[in-house]
Amino acid sequence: MGDMTRSLTLEGNEQGFATTRVDALLGWARKYSLFMYPFVTACCGMEFMALTSPRFDLARFGAEAPRFSPRQSDLLWVVGTISQRQAPVLKRIYEQMMEPKWVFAFGTCAATGGFYDNYTTVPGIDKIIPTDVYIPGCPPRPEAVLDGLMLLQDKIARNERRPGVVKPRFDPVQNAAGLVKLRRSATDARDLVPALQQRERDNDGARPGGMR
Amino acid sequence: MSQLVLDKLKERFGTAILETHSQFGDDTAVVDPQEWKNVSAFLRHDPALDFDLPVDLCGVDYPDRVPRMEVVMHLYSISMRHRVRLKARVGDEDMAGAELESVTSIWPGMNWLEREVFDMSGVRFRGHPDLRRILMYPEFEGHPLQRTYAADRTQPLVAYRTEAEAGMPIHKLEPFGPDEGMPFGRVRPSRPEERD
Repeated sequence: MGDMTRSLTLEGNEQGFATTRVDALLGWARKYSLFMYPFVTACCGMEFMALTSPRFDLARFGAEAPRFSPRQSDLLWVVGTISQRQAPVLKRIYEQMMEPKWVFAFGTCAATGGFYDNYTTVPGIDKIIPTDVYIPGCPPRPEAVLDGLMLLQDKIARNERRPGVVKPRFDPVQNAAGLVKLRRSATDARDLVPALQQRERDNDGARPGGMR
Repeated sequence: MSQLVLDKLKERFGTAILETHSQFGDDTAVVDPQEWKNVSAFLRHDPALDFDLPVDLCGVDYPDRVPRMEVVMHLYSISMRHRVRLKARVGDEDMAGAELESVTSIWPGMNWLEREVFDMSGVRFRGHPDLRRILMYPEFEGHPLQRTYAADRTQPLVAYRTEAEAGMPIHKLEPFGPDEGMPFGRVRPSRPEERD
């Protein structure tokens, strides 16, 4: 998008003029009036309630007003696990929203299906509808959601539709030994948790087949 | 504690009680599937037993056994304060003959529980007033809690977007630029010109 990233600065002069571009002005206006449609299905809803409380003050981003009609809202918050049975409902809600519209995947389940790797859960809402910002976390902390909101505002201002993801402040990839690897055909917990394997190696021979 | 229940069952039904055991204060009776409803009615209506609360009903699949599916019913008596667990084993390797008599007429609360067992495990209940799926959607094929249902088999109601449609990899390999998602408002070191 090139220099559009800088286009929010209204360049004034001493005579009181300001010049800008129409799309930049529209983006600037849109990013501070996001009317939300909360599509809350699961436990992330609790964190969503905390987020919308005065403590975190969503109003400073102009994004606090919920509209319980998709026709009047700009930002679809998908908060929680989406089951296959709910998928048509979600898609229909999305289709009813007016352009321009944006979508939040709030929490790991909405973003990827989370650990519900089974017959009943949609593995991420982007399988069904375009998603603008992924906010991982189980549930995400309000700070992460606010990061996501600011990321979305940035995208709106830049007229950018590529998806964005909120990075965790603590990146587990930096500490791979602490990662739990999910696998279907696991027969032994030691295969799953590298830390256990490490412990096993440390106590080599002490308890050959055992796990504490 | 409620050995009384098992004794009365054995006295009344004899060989139709295939086996019993008691462990940790819980009494279990495995009954002949043909006698499922009769045993239930007896447990409900005998004044000394009076099982008036149907707690749960579920199916357990043992793919290496014949009969393969075990239907487990938990009952509690509010007045007598005792409980019992009833089991019936039905269905061959292909789930043929996995049928039981419905006990909805004895405990109306069993209605949805039997629908759930039908939906998840594929056991049919004869005489049930409305044996439809209750959790899964009508288009769903198979019964997900049978061990023969593939763990990774999904049946989406809405067709997934293709990568061409989405214009990016759906599997999140690299949909996001290396800087995407950094907390907004920080100037990226690589692009100091972004500073307002």
